[in-house]
Amino acid sequence: MAGASYAAQVHEPMAMENIQRQPVPIGKVFIQRDYSDGMKVKFQTKLPLEINDRIDQRMFETTVIRLNEIYGDAEALKARIFCEGCLICLTGYLALLCVKSHYERKVKEAARYIQSQNDEVYAPRGLVLVDPFERGLRVIEIVILPQDRG
Amino acid sequence: MLSPQTNISAPRPTDSPSSSRYAALDNGANMAKRKWQVLPGRNSFYCDGRIMMARQKGVFYLTLGLIVVTCTLFFAFDCPFLAGRLSVAIPIVGALITIFCLSTLLRTSFSDPGVLPRATPDEAADIERQMEVPNPDNPTYRPPPRIKEVTINGQTVKLKYCFTCKIFRPPRASHCSLCDNCVEQFDHHCPWVGNCVGKRNYRFFYLFIVSTCFLAIYVFACNITTIVLLSNEEGGFLEALKRKPARYPLPFNFTPIASIIEALICFISIWSVLGLAGFHTYLVASSQTTNEDIKGTWSSKRSQATFNPYSHGSVISNCCMAICGSLAPSLIDRRGFVVPSDPAVVTSSPTRPLHSYGTAAPTNTVNFSDSEDSNSRLSSSSDSDHHDNKGGLSVTMTSNLTDQSTDPSPFTVANDTMGQRSTSAVTSNGKVLHLGPVNSVHPSPTTPRETQPLLRSEVTMGDGDKQGQTVSPLGAGEGGDSLQGMSNWGLVKLSSV
Repeated sequence: MAGASYAAQVHEPMAMENIQRQPVPIGKVFIQRDYSDGMKVKFQTKLPLEINDRIDQRMFETTVIRLNEIYGDAEALKARIFCEGCLICLTGYLALLCVKSHYERKVKEAARYIQSQNDEVYAPRGLVLVDPFERGLRVIEIVILPQDRG
Repeated sequence: MLSPQTNISAPRPTDSPSSSRYAALDNGANMAKRKWQVLPGRNSFYCDGRIMMARQKGVFYLTLGLIVVTCTLFFAFDCPFLAGRLSVAIPIVGALITIFCLSTLLRTSFSDPGVLPRATPDEAADIERQMEVPNPDNPTYRPPPRIKEVTINGQTVKLKYCFTCKIFRPPRASHCSLCDNCVEQFDHHCPWVGNCVGKRNYRFFYLFIVSTCFLAIYVFACNITTIVLLSNEEGGFLEALKRKPARYPLPFNFTPIASIIEALICFISIWSVLGLAGFHTYLVASSQTTNEDIKGTWSSKRSQATFNPYSHGSVISNCCMAICGSLAPSLIDRRGFVVPSDPAVVTSSPTRPLHSYGTAAPTNTVNFSDSEDSNSRLSSSSDSDHHDNKGGLSVTMTSNLTDQSTDPSPFTVANDTMGQRSTSAVTSNGKVLHLGPVNSVHPSPTTPRETQPLLRSEVTMGDGDKQGQTVSPLGAGEGGDSLQGMSNWGLVKLSSV
């Protein structure tokens, strides 16, 4: 086990410990986009069959609907966002170098929401939601982890 | 409370792997690479990933040169003349328009047009599984283009499958053959700005051509004014040329010559830019892309029932959304660090219930888990606070392998955070198979089905797949023996290191 000991020398012991406890996923499902309402970011709320034994439809729907709301808010044109856009435009878009756009703030909010959902709802059921932003806003990837039978 | 480890490579709980080079360091010899260095596609990157352009930039330099030369001549010759005789506002307005024009040009050229990241191996495998199986007897068989129909606001739209990116393109997205990327809301590839024009930079492009129109008209008007005023003062154009101004050490008055040069440039460019600005104003107002307009996708001539499902209702709202709507952040994280993630994992087969895969973690050489602990306990680590990392979960597929499709040299695969070298096995057809980090020496017996998809996915990613070869669906009958053989090969490689 030369490789392992070498790694232990190079890195902190915590890394080794983390790796030892790394669960191996047993599958993944992908929640596709729902384009029925146009181009805005919206995901399908139908619970995939592969995980219907782990989580119920209502809980899953709540998560996806909330996520859709956050992304919908990012793209909606409200007066405040319109003014912000106009102001940024008038500066020749130089203001974008300093401030984050409204959309970016919403993406961060969605990431925080997914994290909290993972911690509270999905991880105890052996599921992990991957932020769709990391998949190009194409799919919500759900990683199915083996559940602790012990 | 159990919470899955979100990134096993982060040694400190407070570090965000995407921002911490330490998290992605290998044995210390090389600094971690940024994601732009491994992105597929034919883009050029500068300033450590901050600037993204197409490869061919010659015409962009011409555009930039023309604007810079014209404006330099304008501010050097026309502005002092006119500021003294008419108003000091003339150079100020000129400067504002010039700055706006250059700013929007550089924004258009340097920003991500809305490139869609390619599918991760798992995603691609999931899509492939839903398609029909290619004929295994004919290796060159390519299935016909896949179409998925969706209904958007009442209109049926066909989504095409992109063989290069291995995704079903979202509506309005298109694959740019020059940049080799799928781009959201693809308008066209513009050589004048040296980049694609898509969802994220369309407003900059539109404002650039509009401001160029204004700039050209403004400078042209100033040139005519300068020539007329100068000729009147000196009693003729030729006399005006002979006058020697004290400002510049030239044997003759260059101001009228400069004005003429500028006027010529403006006159020639105004015709094309004005037409383009008018055309794109129409596109913005009707919420269409150049592609859609040229093909007449939403033209009412097609049928009475055809309407544009992407329109926001009125011209005003279309214009507002296009120009003042909130700008989406880039989907490709160029400046994040490449974090070696886990090797390929089993993807769920629709024909097999998941519980039949069992819970024991496979501990053969293709797997990252430690062979001493073959229990698959969920990690109760508290390192779950860096979800804003751009590297993704460590439990995910080797998405980095996807990014390396053009460059199989495994700098990430080879140097994982454990400081180990991954093994590469050369398969019989010469392709390099990345087996992932080799940790255990003893490959434990595993079910062939469990590890077979692992290998298949990795094979696909490792061979610089640009021809869109499809992966055979999982579950085809390849024995576990060949797998064990490859695992042993990995063993041999390790021992020789």
